[in-house]
Amino acid sequence: MIPTRAADVVVVGAGPAGLHAAVQAADGGASVLLIDSDVRPGGQYHRQLPVEFGAVHPERAHHDQAEAAELIARLARHRRVTQRQQVTVWAAEPRLGGGALLSVADTSSGRAVNIGVIAAPRVILATGAYDRVVPFPGWDLPGVYTAGAAQALAKGSRVLVGQRVLVAGTGPFLLRVAATLIDAGAKLAGVLEANHTRGWVRRPRAMALAPEKVAEAARYTATLTRHRARVRAGRAVVAVHGTDRVEAATVAKLASDWTIVPGSERRVDVDAVAVGYGFVPQLDLALSLGCGTEPGPDGGPVVTVDDYQQTSTPGVYAAGELTGVGGAVLSAAEGALAGLATALDLGTLGERGHSARAAAWNGVRSRYRRFATALAAVYPVRDGWQSWLSDSTLVCRCEEVPYRALRGAVEQSGVTGLRTAKLTTRCGMGVCQGRMCGANVAALTATLSGRDEPADPLALTTRPLTTPISLDELAADPARGEHD
Amino acid sequence: MFTESPPATADVVVIGAGIIGASCGYELATRGLSVLVVDRGAVAAGTTASGEGNLLVSDKTPGPELTLTQLSLDLWRELPDRLAADLGRTPDLELEDKGGLMVARTAEAAEALRALADDQRKAGVTAEEVAADAAPELEPHLTRELVTTVYYPQDQQVQPVLAATAMLAAAVARGATVVPDAPVTGLQRTSGGFTVQTAAGPVSTPAVVVAAGPWSGRIAALAQGRLPVEPRRGMVLVTEPLPPTVRHKVYDAGYVADVGSASADLVASAVVEATRAGTVLIGSTRERIGFDPLIRVAALRLLAAGAVALFPALGAVTAIRAYGGFRPYSPDHLPVIGPDPAVPGLWYASGHEGAGIGLAPATGRLLGELFVGAPPSTDPSPFAADRPGLAAAYPSTAGDSA
Ligand SMILES: Cc1cc2nc3c(=O)[nH]c(=O)nc-3n(C[C@H](O)[C@H](O)[C@H](O)COP(=O)(O)OP(=O)(O)OC[C@H]3O[C@@H](n4cnc5c(N)ncnc54)[C@H](O)[C@@H]3O)c2cc1C
Repeated sequence: MIPTRAADVVVVGAGPAGLHAAVQAADGGASVLLIDSDVRPGGQYHRQLPVEFGAVHPERAHHDQAEAAELIARLARHRRVTQRQQVTVWAAEPRLGGGALLSVADTSSGRAVNIGVIAAPRVILATGAYDRVVPFPGWDLPGVYTAGAAQALAKGSRVLVGQRVLVAGTGPFLLRVAATLIDAGAKLAGVLEANHTRGWVRRPRAMALAPEKVAEAARYTATLTRHRARVRAGRAVVAVHGTDRVEAATVAKLASDWTIVPGSERRVDVDAVAVGYGFVPQLDLALSLGCGTEPGPDGGPVVTVDDYQQTSTPGVYAAGELTGVGGAVLSAAEGALAGLATALDLGTLGERGHSARAAAWNGVRSRYRRFATALAAVYPVRDGWQSWLSDSTLVCRCEEVPYRALRGAVEQSGVTGLRTAKLTTRCGMGVCQGRMCGANVAALTATLSGRDEPADPLALTTRPLTTPISLDELAADPARGEHD
Repeated sequence: MFTESPPATADVVVIGAGIIGASCGYELATRGLSVLVVDRGAVAAGTTASGEGNLLVSDKTPGPELTLTQLSLDLWRELPDRLAADLGRTPDLELEDKGGLMVARTAEAAEALRALADDQRKAGVTAEEVAADAAPELEPHLTRELVTTVYYPQDQQVQPVLAATAMLAAAVARGATVVPDAPVTGLQRTSGGFTVQTAAGPVSTPAVVVAAGPWSGRIAALAQGRLPVEPRRGMVLVTEPLPPTVRHKVYDAGYVADVGSASADLVASAVVEATRAGTVLIGSTRERIGFDPLIRVAALRLLAAGAVALFPALGAVTAIRAYGGFRPYSPDHLPVIGPDPAVPGLWYASGHEGAGIGLAPATGRLLGELFVGAPPSTDPSPFAADRPGLAAAYPSTAGDSA
C-alpha cells in the first residue's frame, strides 16, 4: 500500500500548504508521496462536498473550489506524485542522515491499522491548525460548536448546527463561517466580534497588503447585510444556558481587555452557538522531530523555519499554519517554497530554476506574513475571557476539570507549569490530549501564577503518540509490509 | 510559602523540587530548620512527572535497597495522615495498597521467580506463590499461558506528582520557602558555607542538599563535588480509560533482571497497572542514551507487545499517550544519601534510578536524621557518597545538556 521505494519528498497534510508543496516539489523533479488523514484532499479550507451530494450549486459553498480542484486534479495526473488519503502519521522520529521515519496507519476502515514505516529523506510538514475556543459557563452543552466544525458541517455535509445560531469569537474567519451558515439556510441571531475592530480600519497599510482578503471580507459582509445579520464588535457570548442542550446565550459588551462591561449582559434565545477564537497550530509531529519553536504572530508557539521553510531538524521542512497562522494564501506560498527547496536540495532543480520559480512566492509570503502579523494585532485573544469563568466552568472537557481545580492547584501547590498542572488536575489527559484545552490551560496557569507564560509552555502540546492506536497495531512488526 | 524570589539566607537549600527534594524539604522543615527548596522549572515537573508511582518490594532482591524500601513503604502508609496534620486537609495522593503479581511464563523464569521469592521472604517480604490455575481469580484477564505467579500484597501505588506537591505544601506549612523557575547556576563556597546563585537571586546558606534527579551530577560539580549520576531513559504508554481489567501491578518476572542490568541498550518488560481514572499504564523501558527526549517507536512497540502478552484483551485497546523521562542512574544502582565528605556542607539525595518514588519518604527521613545528627532509622553506610561501589565510576561526566 505504501510504496516500498521511499519517495524523495514526503508531504504530510493535503491542505493548501501541502498541495502546493507537492506540486512544486514534483514539478521541480522530485518524486513525492503526499499523505493526508482526511477522506479527500483539500484540508479544512478547500473542504469539498462529498461527491454523493451532487450539489446543484456547489460553487456557492466553495468559491475556491475551482482553484483547489484544479490543483488536486493536477496532482492526481502527476507521474511523480503518489497520493494517499486516510493515512495518518501516528509517530515520527528523526532519521539518521536527515528527514524522518514516519510510522503510518491506514484509517480507512475507521480504525488505525499500522501499515509500516516510511523512511523520508525529506519531509514537508503541512499539518495545519485547529480551532481555538475559550471556555465559558455552559460551553460543554450540546449545541455549542467550534466555528470550524459548524462551517465544516454546513459546507461538507450540508448539515445545519441549528435554526437560530449565534456566531461569536474573534477574527475574520467568523465572517466566512457566518456567510456559510446563511448560505446553508440558517437564521443568524448575530455575529459577535469580541475585539473592538476600529483598529482594523486604522491600518490601511495592512489592508493594502492583501486586497483580495479585504474584498473577500466585503463579500461576506454583503451576504450578512442582505440577511440583516450585522457584525457587532466588542461583544461576546459569555455564557450559554439549557438543560440538555443550548436554549439561550448570555451576550455581553466587553471592555478592551475583554472583561464584561457591568450591566451589559442580555439573554438571547438560540439553539446553537458557533465559537471561534482563532487557531492553534498543530505542532505534534514537528515537536516529535525535535524542531525548534518560537512565538508566532499571536504569541503562541510556532515552528521556526528559515527562508527555505527548513526547520532546525535537517531534512524536515514546515509550511502553513504550523509556522504561524496566516490563512490559505500564506500557507500556499510557504508550501510552494518548501516544495521548491526540497527539489533544490535534491538537485533536480538548479539554483537558477529555483530562484526563478521562488521569486513570486517569496513576494506573496513576505506580504502575507506582514498581513498575518497585522491581523494578529487587530484580533488578539485578550486575557479578560478568564473572568467569564465560574468556579464550576470546565476548563478541560475530556476529563471534566472545573476551573476551581486548576486555581486550587496553583494556589495550594505552587503550580507554575503545565506538566504539573496536568498531573495535579488531569487537564489535558483525556482523549483530545490537550488539543482543545492546552492553550487555555496555559493562559490560565500563567495568569493564576502571575507569570507571562507557564514554566513549560509546550508540555501540553508535546504528543509523541500523535494518533490513538491499538496496542496490537502498535506492537505489529513494521516490516510485515502490506496489511489487509 | 511559594514565592518568586528566594530569601537572603536559609539554614539549608534543597536544589530540586522533585519527589526527593520535596521529601527532604519536608523532613528538614519538620526538624525546625529554615528550608528553601528551589527548582529551575515548575515543581515536580522533572523525572517525578514521568514516574509511574509503583511502590514495590517485589522487584527488589535482599540488600540495602530492599531494607530502605521496606522502611519507605511503612512511611508511605502513614504519610497521608502526617501531611493532613500539617495541611489541615487529607491530601489525595491516589495511594493504594494494590498488591503486585509477578508472572513467570517459562519453566526457567518460574524457577528463578521461586528462588527470588524465597530470598525475599527471608528478608521479611510477603510473597505468596499463586499457581497458574488460581491466578485468574486474582487477575481474570491475565493470560492463561503461564507457569506460575507470585503475589506481593505489600506493593503499593501512588500518583507521584500529587505526592510531591503535597509534601512541598506541607513543608511550606512548616515554614519552608519554595521557589520554582529559579535555576541554580552557581555554588560558591564561602567561609560560612555557600552562596547559591539562582536566576531569582543569591542565597547564603551553610548547607546545600543536591536533589536534582538526573541533573544532580552537574549541580554537585558546581561545588567541586563528585556524584556519578547519569540519565537512563524510560518511556511509558497509556491507554484510553477502560472498565476494570487489571487489578494489581502485574509484570513479567524478566523485569527484575532488566532493573538490575547495567546495559546501555534498550530493554523493556511491561509492568501493567490501572490508574484510578481507568487508564492502564504500561511501563517501562530502560535505555542509556543521554538526555535525548525524543520518542522511540521501538520502545513503545516492546511495551505494547509485553502488555498484550500478559493481557491478551489489551490488544484491542487504544493507546492515547506516551511519555518519557530520565531516571537518575547511579553505577551501583543504589541512591546516594548523605554528606560529601570532601565538601563540607554539601549533601546528596539522588541516584534513585527507577525507584525514587518508592524510596522518597525513607530518603527524606534518613537525610533529615543524618543532617541533625539524630540516630538513623536505617544503616546509612550503603548509601554513603564515598562507598566503594561508586569509586569505579570516577571520573565521570553527568551527561550533556537537557
Ligand atoms: C518512565 C519512568 C518510570 C518510572 N517509574 C517509577 C515507579 O514506578 N516507581 C518509582 O519509585 N520510581 C519510578 N521512576 C523513577 C522516579 O521517577 C525517579 O527516581 C524520581 O522521580 C527521582 O526524583 P528526583 O526528585 O530525584 O528527580 P526529579 O523529579 O527529576 O527532580 C529533580 C529536580 O531538579 C531540578 N533541577 C535540575 N537542575 C536544576 C538546577 N540547575 N537548578 C534548580 N533545579 C534543578 C529539576 O527541574 C527537577 O525538578 C520512574 C522513572 C521513569 C523515567
